[in-house]
Amino acid sequence: MISAHLPVLQVVVPLVAAPLIVLLRRGLVGYVLAMAASAFVAGSALSLLADVWHGGVISYAIGNWPPPWGIEYRIDAANAFVLALLGVIAVVVAAYARRSVAAEVPAEQHYLFYAMYCLCLAGLVGITVTGDAFNVFVFLEISSLSSYVLIAFGRDRRALLASYQYLILGTIGATFIVIGVGLLYMMTGTLNIADMAARIGAVEARRPVLAALAFLTVGISLKAALFPLHLWLPGAYAFAPSAVSAFLAATATKVSLYVLLRFYFTVFGATFVFDALPMGGVLIALSVAAMFVASATAVFQADFKKLLAYSSLGQIGYITLGIGFASKAGLTGGVVHLFNHAVTKGALFMLAGAVALRLGSVRLDRMDGLAKAMPLTCAGIVLGGLSLIGVPGTAGFVTKWYLVLAALEAGSWTLAFVPVASSLLAVAYVWRFVEVAYFRPPSAEVARLSEAPPGLLLPAGALLVAVVYFGIDPSLTVGAAARAADALLAGIR
Amino acid sequence: MSPETAILLAPALPLAGAVAIALSGRFPNLREATTLATAFALFAVVATLYPAVAAGGRPAVALFDLLPGLPLALAAEPLGLLFALVASGLWIVNSLYSIGYMRGNREHRQTRFYVCFALALAATMGVAFAANGLTLFFFYEMLTLSTFPLVTHHGTAEARRGGLVYLSVLLSTSIVFFLTALIATWHVAGTLDFTEGGILHGRLSNAALGGLLALYMFGIGKAALMPFHRWLPAAMVAPTPVSALLHAVAVVKAGVFSVVKVIVYVFGVRELSGLTSVDWLPVVAGFTIVAASIVALRSDNLKRRLAYSTVSQLAYVVLAAALLTPLSVVGAALHIAAHAFGKITLFFAAGAIYTAAHKTEVSELDGIGRRMPWTMTAFSVGALSMIGLPPTAGFVSKWFILGGAFASGQWVAFGVIVASTLLTAGYFLPIVYRAFFRPAPAPDGHAHGEAPATMVVALTATAALTILMFFFAELPLALARQLAGG
Repeated sequence: MISAHLPVLQVVVPLVAAPLIVLLRRGLVGYVLAMAASAFVAGSALSLLADVWHGGVISYAIGNWPPPWGIEYRIDAANAFVLALLGVIAVVVAAYARRSVAAEVPAEQHYLFYAMYCLCLAGLVGITVTGDAFNVFVFLEISSLSSYVLIAFGRDRRALLASYQYLILGTIGATFIVIGVGLLYMMTGTLNIADMAARIGAVEARRPVLAALAFLTVGISLKAALFPLHLWLPGAYAFAPSAVSAFLAATATKVSLYVLLRFYFTVFGATFVFDALPMGGVLIALSVAAMFVASATAVFQADFKKLLAYSSLGQIGYITLGIGFASKAGLTGGVVHLFNHAVTKGALFMLAGAVALRLGSVRLDRMDGLAKAMPLTCAGIVLGGLSLIGVPGTAGFVTKWYLVLAALEAGSWTLAFVPVASSLLAVAYVWRFVEVAYFRPPSAEVARLSEAPPGLLLPAGALLVAVVYFGIDPSLTVGAAARAADALLAGIR
Repeated sequence: MSPETAILLAPALPLAGAVAIALSGRFPNLREATTLATAFALFAVVATLYPAVAAGGRPAVALFDLLPGLPLALAAEPLGLLFALVASGLWIVNSLYSIGYMRGNREHRQTRFYVCFALALAATMGVAFAANGLTLFFFYEMLTLSTFPLVTHHGTAEARRGGLVYLSVLLSTSIVFFLTALIATWHVAGTLDFTEGGILHGRLSNAALGGLLALYMFGIGKAALMPFHRWLPAAMVAPTPVSALLHAVAVVKAGVFSVVKVIVYVFGVRELSGLTSVDWLPVVAGFTIVAASIVALRSDNLKRRLAYSTVSQLAYVVLAAALLTPLSVVGAALHIAAHAFGKITLFFAAGAIYTAAHKTEVSELDGIGRRMPWTMTAFSVGALSMIGLPPTAGFVSKWFILGGAFASGQWVAFGVIVASTLLTAGYFLPIVYRAFFRPAPAPDGHAHGEAPATMVVALTATAALTILMFFFAELPLALARQLAGG
């Protein structure tokens, strides 16, 4: 009985947990509730993924108002995959947050932190499950506003500036999105995504629809930090508390990219976006630029979290490159990289947080000889780095395989070399860390350090196990991604 | 033990060995015993495959899918078995030598050293028995990464520089060219299984085949085809047992093995022969042979001379495969083994000279043969094998390669081999001459005899193997002949 309401419950539970935490005003209670809400989301997301595994679509009418009049939550292979990702990451980050937040956030603010965490999770889950275009905007604002607060919890005062930057750019993005949705509403007379998709064919050549596509593309790209609209991201990731960096890097941009997929493939339709309009070429060009420019910038960062942030921008390029091909192989690669990059970068930001906890800094020039003092942390960072490079046996390899295959299917040898060549830049920025941590004698400061506590290492380790497992046997992730690709390419069924 | 179990055990044993070595790290004697026991067990396991494969059997095992439709699959075929036999056999000798060397030089971090060594052997077994291109690539990259801590073992600035060159050349060639070539093959052929006769029949134009072959040949950076040979001299910063591992047991052998494997089982010798777009390969290989020999001739540093000799000898294997005749393919397979025995002897000798006499330059070796007769005799045997003179292994393989060049009338290749034989003699014989016939410089100030016993035993054993392979060539030949189709 209750399972029929899972689609809405996984939004409601974290959404209710947040005010509850604020009312109770206790850090520990906040943690327990946040953990429980995350675990609930993970459990229901996995059960929903199992339900739609064979292409079934779950439609849930809020308040029993049938769509398109009422708000519909609609889960198909594409968003079930993203939901599962959200749930898994939320649990692991919540586990990590206990120790990390205790070290980085003043005790009297703990309950606020967990409240914001629940709100952010509710927002992200909401964006993902909803089948209503205006709902997307509402949940986007919930997740965005809470993430501005989360970033501002950072100890460094620059966190405030970073949060403010993100606030300005994020708001512009959200505004663009709501304008786009408004234009679509004007032209189709509906906000239900499935209904919109059915009606847009009659009006798709009209100028307001083109304008809507442009507004949505720019707005979503801002939130997804697609090059060159990425300016908010490095600061936000670098100065946010470690748990927040890990959470946002693994989920926020991924959900935005899901929204892009949803509008491109479901609402506008692949034929319109990629055949009638040159969006494929535009996306590919921007992705290639991101993969090279951002990755090259990462090589020259002095701050390890900034290095990871610029690497994320490059890795987002991998995802959008896959989307740009608009083929089965390309989409499979792009969608599977949502997951692969999320677990990899989540683990890396967690380990960076472990370094910050012990060393008090993540500047590379202070990490001399760190591998002697923190061998597990450093080995974990190297393993994550190998996945960023895409070494076989790690999740990153699977992505690269599909992207190169998609490029060859599209008949382009030049593009086939792009993912592999940009992974050389990843070798370069991972080497920066290896050189500092393994090939320099430990400084007096580093020699005194001890290994990070298990409370930080175990969650990161769990994600790294996923990195290796899904690198060696990717049948689950690739299977789910391929189904998502099918669902997206088929449009609405 | 069924052949299928043996194939699975081949990579699994050294993996388990690595874990056991790591666990026994506190007790050096137990740790070294574990290494040796694993090495012996591995060789025994691989050897059990010989009768089945020599009789024409092709035992195979497929595990789970690495990617949909592309399983992690292992199979034993003649070339892979030959490579696995050589690598696992030399691991035993190399371990003996390592124990003497690492203890004699009081190296740090010995546990990590032995763990990485075992991992490298696991990867090598995976490469040798890979049944499809993806499995091969998987273990190929594992080999690069597991040997990196070995190359940079000393942890000095020089080791870091060498390691960086090693890693960046090997990773960038394999990621950019090799991987792309594999994906392109998968795209075109819909399979990556190594199949006798190749998998690309008529699927690609002449020009495309040439391009794909170039991606493979330069992508397999471990084969050190010029201009991607720089990592090999750079890796000379490693301790000597590691150099032996790189040059004789695993790394470069995995490279040329992959080259032969791709030419024979992906393209198909018959498919390639007569194509105009692949004519460049013998030229590049020939150039590498001659150019590397000239560099070797001009280097005074002994290990550097040996390194460039390896570059040159590897190109022999590539050239032999590129001649695309049955005889030369047999020669290529044999040369993998022959060069392994000869080169490991030479490196062991260089390491023994360094340990006993602390000498690294050729010009310092006057008269050393009288103080280290065993070492320098073994060195001479290795040198003869490199030149290709009887009664050594190098003669057997060179005979087949020359026969292939002669039979197919490829006179340029024939000329290259003859010229390089002279060059090889030119850079090895003077060392032998110095060691035995020049008087030692008068007041040496440093009296020394032979190196520690385990090292001398090891290098004598490999020298003996070099000679034995000449007299018992039938054993590897039985395998290699199957490659050429009967």
